[in-house]
Amino acid sequence: MTDQVQEAAGNGWQSEKFIKNLAKRKRAERRFRLTGLLAILTALTLLGILLFSIVSKGHSAFIQTTITLDITFAESVIDPNGNRDAAELRGANYAKLVQDALREKFPDVKGRRDLRKLFSLISNDADSALREMVENDPDLIGKTVPVALVAGDDVDMLKKGYIDRSLAEDDRRVKDQELAWLDVLEAEGDIETRFNSGFFTNGDSREPEKAGIAGAMVGSFYTLIVTMLISFPIGVMTAIYLEEFATKNKLTDLIEVNINNLAAVPSIVFGLLGLAIFLNFAHLPRSAPIVGGLTLALMTLPTIIIAARAAIRAVPDSIRQAALGLGASNQQAAFHHILPLSMPGILTGTIIGLSQALGETAPLLMIGMVAFIADIPGGFSDPATVMPVQIFLWADSPERAFVEKTSGAIMVLLGFLIIMNAFAIVLRKKFERRW
Amino acid sequence: MLTQAEANVENGPDTGNGVIISTRDVNVYYGDNHALQGVSLDINKHQVTSLIGPSGCGKSTYLRCLNRMNDTVDSCRVTGEILLDGVDIYGPSVDEVLLRARVGMVFQKPNPFPKSIYDNVAYGPRIHGLADNKDDLDEMVLTSLEKAGLIKEVQDRLHSSGTGLSGGQQQRLCIARALAVRPDIILMDEPCSALDPIATAKVEELIDELKENYTIIIVTHSMQQAARISQRTAFFHLGEIVETGDTEKLFTSPSDKRTQGYITGRFG
Amino acid sequence: MTCVARLFHLPSVLFTNEKETVMSFYPLVIVLLLMSAAGYWFGSKKALRTVRKSSNFLTPRPHQFGLYVVIWSLVPPVILGVIWAVLQTTPLETDTGAMRQIDQVVFPVMLLLATGAGLYFSILRINPDLRVRKTIEGLVYVLLILASIISILTTLGIVLSLLFETIQFFGKVPMSEFFFGLNWSPQTALRADQVGSSGAFGSIPLFTGTLLITFIAMCVAVPLGLLSAVYMTEYASNRFRAVVKPLLEILAGIPTVVYGFFAALTVGVFFRDLGDSLGIDVVSESALAAGVVMGMMIIPFVSSLSDDIIMAVPQSLRDGSYGLGATKSETIRKVILPAALPGIVGAVLLAVSRAIGETMIVVMAAGFAANLTANPLEAVTTVTVQIVGLLVGDQEFDSAKTLAAFALALVLFIVTLCLNVIALMVVRKYREEYD
Repeated sequence: MTDQVQEAAGNGWQSEKFIKNLAKRKRAERRFRLTGLLAILTALTLLGILLFSIVSKGHSAFIQTTITLDITFAESVIDPNGNRDAAELRGANYAKLVQDALREKFPDVKGRRDLRKLFSLISNDADSALREMVENDPDLIGKTVPVALVAGDDVDMLKKGYIDRSLAEDDRRVKDQELAWLDVLEAEGDIETRFNSGFFTNGDSREPEKAGIAGAMVGSFYTLIVTMLISFPIGVMTAIYLEEFATKNKLTDLIEVNINNLAAVPSIVFGLLGLAIFLNFAHLPRSAPIVGGLTLALMTLPTIIIAARAAIRAVPDSIRQAALGLGASNQQAAFHHILPLSMPGILTGTIIGLSQALGETAPLLMIGMVAFIADIPGGFSDPATVMPVQIFLWADSPERAFVEKTSGAIMVLLGFLIIMNAFAIVLRKKFERRW
Repeated sequence: MLTQAEANVENGPDTGNGVIISTRDVNVYYGDNHALQGVSLDINKHQVTSLIGPSGCGKSTYLRCLNRMNDTVDSCRVTGEILLDGVDIYGPSVDEVLLRARVGMVFQKPNPFPKSIYDNVAYGPRIHGLADNKDDLDEMVLTSLEKAGLIKEVQDRLHSSGTGLSGGQQQRLCIARALAVRPDIILMDEPCSALDPIATAKVEELIDELKENYTIIIVTHSMQQAARISQRTAFFHLGEIVETGDTEKLFTSPSDKRTQGYITGRFG
Repeated sequence: MTCVARLFHLPSVLFTNEKETVMSFYPLVIVLLLMSAAGYWFGSKKALRTVRKSSNFLTPRPHQFGLYVVIWSLVPPVILGVIWAVLQTTPLETDTGAMRQIDQVVFPVMLLLATGAGLYFSILRINPDLRVRKTIEGLVYVLLILASIISILTTLGIVLSLLFETIQFFGKVPMSEFFFGLNWSPQTALRADQVGSSGAFGSIPLFTGTLLITFIAMCVAVPLGLLSAVYMTEYASNRFRAVVKPLLEILAGIPTVVYGFFAALTVGVFFRDLGDSLGIDVVSESALAAGVVMGMMIIPFVSSLSDDIIMAVPQSLRDGSYGLGATKSETIRKVILPAALPGIVGAVLLAVSRAIGETMIVVMAAGFAANLTANPLEAVTTVTVQIVGLLVGDQEFDSAKTLAAFALALVLFIVTLCLNVIALMVVRKYREEYD
């Protein structure tokens, strides 16, 4: 009897060995738990680094450096005939006004090369701003007015601190001579920074300081409209058919398997499909939102169908039964009751699918939406680009100033995605129904 | 073109009292499962007929044959003859939708649509085009609610959600909703099983009143309920009808041993 | 061409100058719509007059009769119109007088006649016993089925378009070279008379490159994703879950072009500088950078799939283990994870299929030169990078270079499809086990 107890104490749950072992097990438990937490923290840190690197590079895209110069709107340059003809005013050489103002500011600068360097302090797009001023107010002609002109991209980069003054002159894009000029302007308070509204209103440009995302935003908008108009009705109709009307047969099985697999097809393959069908076969215009929208619609369709089916399935059978019991037909039950009740879920899925389409790049490269397009598209068949493709194009550009543009465009794109997803979440929270 | 008899199924009979539904040798299969075996039963007009029996005996299956709700189950197959006013309701020219408008149904769990009380009741008249104008529709909704004994409780909140009512009220709303389509026959599938005793009493009272104008077939697992409200009773067991008869007779002197066993509580 | 534009409801004037067709097209549509609108009005009026009303006499609603008339007035001309459109795509000489006559006169007249006949007979047939609901719902049913078939057509379109070009490709380049060749340099196939002989189309380096990057991505995503899922399901409080889970999901919502930018500009440079400081030679387009960032993108994919799978392990198994005195980590490692293993394998396969098909990250952060190496510090190229490289920019359509992109895409499609089918099968089997 006693022996047995002792033996039990030697090996059992009160034994020293067991207790020691237990401490070890507890430590293992804590280690394991910590590993899990670390994994989550690592993932979140990566996310944080990503967002931080984008924002730190991109926030300066929203501000712009300007140089204020006293511009003399000389009649001899703008309107030599003095008749204020609109066409003549538009065609005048406004760049000369900028150049004259700069010459006046720095009268010592001589020689073609030095002058060209001096002129490059100001964006070569500055003339269009002056033209606009004169067209709005012809009375300016003959007067001298201080005007804040957009600075060239190198000046902008310098002002924002992306170019290191302490580097040797040969390693630096802005040379000593230019620095000296800029210091003069800075000392006189002529260099300022302001909100870069052009970033949101301009189309693409080879010149970083005047490149904007308006063209890409409008292109994305048209593309997304096409995507939505095609994929939403077809997706909902497919989901309704599969959930409410389809009898189990070979065709239904095929559609089902097929939708699940389509959802996993790499997006670039949809691009090749778009290239082969919409461009090479149907001869729709290259680079147009209509083609991009159609291609993205095919890609988004499975997402919408899967979400819509889940939403429809969540409506309890008792609702269907109640309608049928009153003599509603299957279709009346589906369209009067099931569909409206599942609509919040369907819309949530649709928004998520569309936000994927908004961020998609690869398939659009295949259908020629990578062309350089400076104009803002005016319709569904105009050549256009979309925001992610614009980001891709800018990311490829060599100029230092395009890095901030790229990051800025990413911030805008992420902003749109956040708005869409927030809308989806609100929709779900507000209309979610627990049966 | 429909024959006169076929038109009757959808459009209402011109017969007097007597048998309204007559079923002969009805078999129902769910896939390979033979759920109902050779059931023959006549239902009298303007009476309450109750179907009793242990769980899984096929009484609900039988009830769902009478307005072809079984059609909604893919694997379900029905053979035999179900005559409504002499017309086979599974005949090729019968539209199951119009049939269901004539043979209404109330389900086990109250299932109001998540809409207002008014819209719940108005849904049937709307889809069938029973009302000519808004006043007509209002009138129908109020009458139906009144018939279902619910009007006093809801008249000041007709436009609040039907799902906000208590269980018993929801079930009476479902009955009102069925009445608004003006059916001849109302099928009730254990309408009180989800309700408390007081709500049950109210629904039972309502059923008793309704039999003046409607033919009611009710599935119930409560023998007391069957005894209280029905004039005729059919006892189902393992997919067959064991015994049919006047309720009083069936409960006092059943002719089959199995019926006796069930009503005295030896199984079920 | 016109007909395709018509199918997509586009004004064909945008793409062609076949003014005559356009001119007769819109008025025709308007006349047809007006006719059917009149039919609707007349049909419902006649129904109101004809249909007897009584309390228990259920007949179709007047508007249903109206719709019935509309269907009969629109379906025949639509079918005719589709035939018309198909005839226009056939490569017949449409400029001959007879064809032109048919195109410009016969078909429009036939359309109008069909509409008129449809209207006449359907209105004639209105009587209370007419089964108009069957007609209306039949049409809706057909539309729903047509919508569902679009997803099948998409798959068919992908397979056919890829297959067609691939067969052409193998007509120019032998299959053995494509599948077993170690040398990939399609860009050198410049001389038209020497296609295939001078350009090298051995795809092995692309596949090894793809596998290398995918492997690195999995090394990042699987441990982080799986451990996160374990912590989330087994340890985290509801509040922690509610906050952290959406944060992790953000990773999945970021567009791939953003990851590409991040990989190219931040991570690639970081690894290069790190290598420099350690005295190791790391190229800035290293497989490591692309792989790590791709892994980062896939973390939420792995974690949410594993999350579902771990949740599906029945509570009874956990209870059994706790009941024997096991700690939480012991239960997870010895009971839950082994039980969930098949499901997790399925999830990883799905993640692999995503990584293989991912395009933008590698296009922006991996190399273009085919490099047969297993060293993650060197630049490798992938299948998707080459597809983009071959198809973006100007190309002649039938060159082996362009066709090679389709052959690569077909391989990509088949591989991801197989992975996906296997993964779904594994997961489904796993689910059934615990249902």
